[in-house]
Amino acid sequence: MKIVINKKIAILIIGLLYTIGYPLIFRHNNYILNIAISASILSVISLGVWLVFVIGRINIGQGAFVLIGAYTTAILLVKFNLSFWLCLPISGFIAGLLGFLIGIPILRLKGVYFDMLTLCLTEAAMLAMLNLNFLTQGARGIMNIPIPGDLKIGSFTIIPAFKPGNYLSFYYLTAIILIITILAIWRLYSSRIGWNLQTLRQSDTLALSSGINIAKYRLISYTICCFLGGIGGSLFAVYVQSVFPTSFKVIDSIYYMLYCFLGGLNYLMGPILGAFLLTFSFEGLRFIQKYQEGIYACLMIIFMIWLPNGLMSLKLKKRTTFKNQPYHRNIQAYVLEIVKKFKE
Amino acid sequence: MPQMIVNGLMLGMSYALIALGLTLIFGIMNIINFAHGQMCMIGSFIVYYLYGVLHWNFFLTLIICILVLALVGAFFERFFFRRFLRLSLREESSMLLAIGTALLLENIALISFGEKHRGVPPLNDHIFNIAGIYIPTNRIIIFAVSIVLIIALLLFIQRTRYGLAMRALAQDREVTFLMGVDIDKISMMGFAIGASLAGVAGGLLALIFPIFSGSGGTLSIKAFIMIMIGGAGVVPGAIIGGFILGMLESIGYGLIPGSVTYLLILSAVILLLIIRPLGIMGKPGY
Repeated sequence: MKIVINKKIAILIIGLLYTIGYPLIFRHNNYILNIAISASILSVISLGVWLVFVIGRINIGQGAFVLIGAYTTAILLVKFNLSFWLCLPISGFIAGLLGFLIGIPILRLKGVYFDMLTLCLTEAAMLAMLNLNFLTQGARGIMNIPIPGDLKIGSFTIIPAFKPGNYLSFYYLTAIILIITILAIWRLYSSRIGWNLQTLRQSDTLALSSGINIAKYRLISYTICCFLGGIGGSLFAVYVQSVFPTSFKVIDSIYYMLYCFLGGLNYLMGPILGAFLLTFSFEGLRFIQKYQEGIYACLMIIFMIWLPNGLMSLKLKKRTTFKNQPYHRNIQAYVLEIVKKFKE
Repeated sequence: MPQMIVNGLMLGMSYALIALGLTLIFGIMNIINFAHGQMCMIGSFIVYYLYGVLHWNFFLTLIICILVLALVGAFFERFFFRRFLRLSLREESSMLLAIGTALLLENIALISFGEKHRGVPPLNDHIFNIAGIYIPTNRIIIFAVSIVLIIALLLFIQRTRYGLAMRALAQDREVTFLMGVDIDKISMMGFAIGASLAGVAGGLLALIFPIFSGSGGTLSIKAFIMIMIGGAGVVPGAIIGGFILGMLESIGYGLIPGSVTYLLILSAVILLLIIRPLGIMGKPGY
């Protein structure tokens, strides 16, 4: 019991530090605020990819939905002059809807076919955006996207308009959206729906024979993933203020996956940890930008060989198990440990 | 139109070579080799340097491609995948390792060779004109070499003991181990052969397509499409997938302008997978 309470307090402290402490300290340092903003948006997107990992599938197509979300926001802001606060949920909704429609046929594919097809989806989205000239201006992209205006109900201003060059407002926006997303996904994961999603990873035939509607749960997971991708894309569009068909490529989809893996696939905070760690450490190593992909590649390989279960699988207490033993031996050791504790 | 069909057949044969390599690796190790396109790219760079710059014999260069890529493939299997497959709790992580190797190869190539597009001179300038269809000798040689290699590979898999071991490994890993087959050696051999097929295909395609370090990504995606069409892990499926993609590409680029072709091909693949979720010849259980 003691451990649980300490963990919750730790999480609360980290959350407070992030929303209040960090901007207080770095209020005037735009560069560091920038990094945190990117990391937050990437975390939201990677959390979506993580949700598909929970059902045991690999989704390398998140880039497609980020692109769709970004373009939706861009078009709505530039051509129809809607307020950003409307565009954000609308682009999430449209990305989720497209995810739902595409998901219905492709989610029944097994294993590798699904993974490869999602990879091709990212390419397809880029080609589609390139060729739908009447809507998306093709290769020229959409530039000069306005920054968010204010959110008014009647004459009561809930959120004041963003000033150009003021990154603090973006920081609060992305931090709040990140925290809401984490809480929502955490709630989903610990609920009955979350348990059902986890059973899909272990054995979907068993789940089916227990009466779980696996098609429905797969679709729920995939749709929420695409929704989060749309939200992330929308935030990127308004943050970078331009969007091109090549803004989100296959390599970006792979990066989202990398963040999940780095943090640990079994843990909800995994993708967030991965995204923040990599974004910050990458900016710190800015002078080797040319070798960025190479370094990420070596990182991937080293991590997969050394820590295949992600950073969060590192146990901070003394090892009671051997390193190369198969999984069931570790479970034996763990059970023995618990029994020993009870006997004390 | 007939010109497009002939072009498609020739291209299809070399694409089939790429798909075969990928299928072999997938069948034996259950890993999709994301680095397949990058291995093709390395093959084409080897051809560029040895044949294009140093003017060695083209077929000698192909043999060197096979050897070098076999070494690369064996290295990957021995040092990356073997240790990893023993340790990880989740199988999905193997895909990230494969992606990591792909990015590694691409960046090594980018750093070593730069971003410039290059080309090699053709083997022979003569162009046959049969009934109004133009067939350059280049393409005939590519076609012939591809056929020879595919037949050699099929004979190897069907008739030799190592081929038998690989087929057994693809069916069931544990039972093959129980039968006394040295799984490590056969896996390494399978990966090496798959990689060398990719290298040879890349070397052959170097004669017609431009050579640059970013070509790996596109080729990987094409290889995946071929596998999805034909069915993963089955050898005839790979050949059929390669041919179909070659034909679709050739006819598509001929009739439809610009980049819409691939969009249509991808939509067609999605439709095919809706109707037949395992590809044309795919077997369940993969």
